Amino acid sequence: MRDARTTPLETAASGVAPRSVWWRTAGRALTPLAWVGPAVALILGVVLWPAVEMVRTSLTRVSSSGLSGGFTGFRNYAELFGENDLVPVLWRTALWVVGVVAVTLAVSLALAQVLNARFPGRRLVRWAVIVPWAASVLMTALLWKWMLDDFYGVVNKLLMDTGVIETPVNWLAHPEVAFACMMAVSVFVSLPFTSFVILAGLQTIPGEVYEAARVDGAGHLRTYFQITLPLLRPVLFVASVINVINVFNSFPIIWAMTQGGPGRATDTTTTLMYKLAFLNQDVGESAALAVVNFALILTLALLYSWGARRQGRAQA
Amino acid sequence: MRSPIRPRTVLLTAVGWLVAIAFVAPYLQMFLTALKPAPELMRPPPSYLPGTWEWANFVNVWKVNDPRIWAALRFSLQVSGAATALALAVGLPAAYYTARNRYRGRGVFLFVVLVTQMFAPTALLVGIYRELVALDWTDTSQALIVVNAAFNLPFCVWILNAYFSSIPKEMEQAAYLDGAGRLTAFTRVMLPLAMPGVVTAAVYTFIGTWNEYIVAITVTSSDDRMTLTRAIPGFVTQYHEQWQYLFAVSLIAIVPVVILFASIERHLVGGLTAGSVK
Repeated sequence: MRDARTTPLETAASGVAPRSVWWRTAGRALTPLAWVGPAVALILGVVLWPAVEMVRTSLTRVSSSGLSGGFTGFRNYAELFGENDLVPVLWRTALWVVGVVAVTLAVSLALAQVLNARFPGRRLVRWAVIVPWAASVLMTALLWKWMLDDFYGVVNKLLMDTGVIETPVNWLAHPEVAFACMMAVSVFVSLPFTSFVILAGLQTIPGEVYEAARVDGAGHLRTYFQITLPLLRPVLFVASVINVINVFNSFPIIWAMTQGGPGRATDTTTTLMYKLAFLNQDVGESAALAVVNFALILTLALLYSWGARRQGRAQA
Repeated sequence: MRSPIRPRTVLLTAVGWLVAIAFVAPYLQMFLTALKPAPELMRPPPSYLPGTWEWANFVNVWKVNDPRIWAALRFSLQVSGAATALALAVGLPAAYYTARNRYRGRGVFLFVVLVTQMFAPTALLVGIYRELVALDWTDTSQALIVVNAAFNLPFCVWILNAYFSSIPKEMEQAAYLDGAGRLTAFTRVMLPLAMPGVVTAAVYTFIGTWNEYIVAITVTSSDDRMTLTRAIPGFVTQYHEQWQYLFAVSLIAIVPVVILFASIERHLVGGLTAGSVK
């Protein structure tokens, strides 16, 4: 990092043209803009503008045809908080996020341990675990919807053949059961990323650490809980934050399997936001809910980058 | 000398292979369903294997009129390709310049990239939709291209930045001594050396766009601008249920993507966690 201030170009050019004229100075000031500008423009145009637009819409009366009817203050928010379904949906969202992320992390810890162990065919097993990560979540969700079908699904067939259940269960008809099933699907698609992140963390732990623990006479379990797990803490932090955000924003699973129904009985804030805007044509109220969601995610994102920075500093 | 097989290894192998089966089994079920003739699908209770192996499903699915899979496949390819090209065209120079120079606003740029990575288009959907209405860009392919490129850009910048930073400065300086300009040094020296990063960024953006669903159903509505993800649910409606076709097309969409994804697997984690996990 010592000579990071001198660009290679300057180093090379300084022997040839040492004179500094105003256009050269101006040019140097504008150079970063030429290289970085387009990326910034894309982010501003597609991330910042919509964020601003969303806040503006949430304070605007929007007719069902999409025309703006002027500033309306916090009426959209009042309407949103007046919805009878809002509180259950918020609770369900909390359950969705906490439940899915907690189970994902717990299972991934074990899974990463398996993926890190030496055995024949490990490469293939790792590729197998990748499949739900690479595949479209929508298609995976549709697949589970079909497999959970009460008449034609393979899940009931399997459970009946093994004697677990007597008669077919209509998994997606009862809101609570359906929601639990969808949480399971959400875990299924979150596992690959999470276990790979934890696997990467495991690979950074030097072998000598385990060597030392063995010399000290620590057993497998004790080594895991007193050495591995504490060393994985930064990795688990990153994995949980990214998972929380992804799971919070998850849309295709619920949309493909129940559309949040019956009624709004299996909606999370994300699917409810979509319904308000594009089924109920109430863009203003949807924007209000989106702003609430957005604020939550922004808090998480800032918390994450703060944590990531602190970790970066700790490592340096 | 062969080492003796230990019981521990046997156990681990068994567990490992069970894990693999658990992750692949649902997609195997997808494959088997795609191979069943239509009447067999609607005859409870289901059988595990097709009674008749209807390989023709994979041929006939192309002839279905609603949704038209050829058109959707072509459109998805176009949009994903263009979004990847745009993300790289914009991300490469930014990542390279940021890796090699200290400039005013560098910290802010990296921070914005980090924060943006935490956002999915879902969170901003209503805003994106309103913006596109204001621009009169709804139901256009460029809307899908730009939105997908932007949301995959942080990953591209992050992973490319890491790659460029890891290339020794001497490599570039040698090129300058040979009289190369910055652009030449970039395209002839840096780009080839950072190729694994470029491939990872490209594959990741392509797959992300290929699988994207919520923006596609929100932004586009006409039949000739239908991505695969928007087309596929159309096989199962209240009027007809053609699960065999739905899964045949899903497999066509999934298999190439899984192979691509496996090829970049070892580079993914670092990019997705913004370098905080290597």
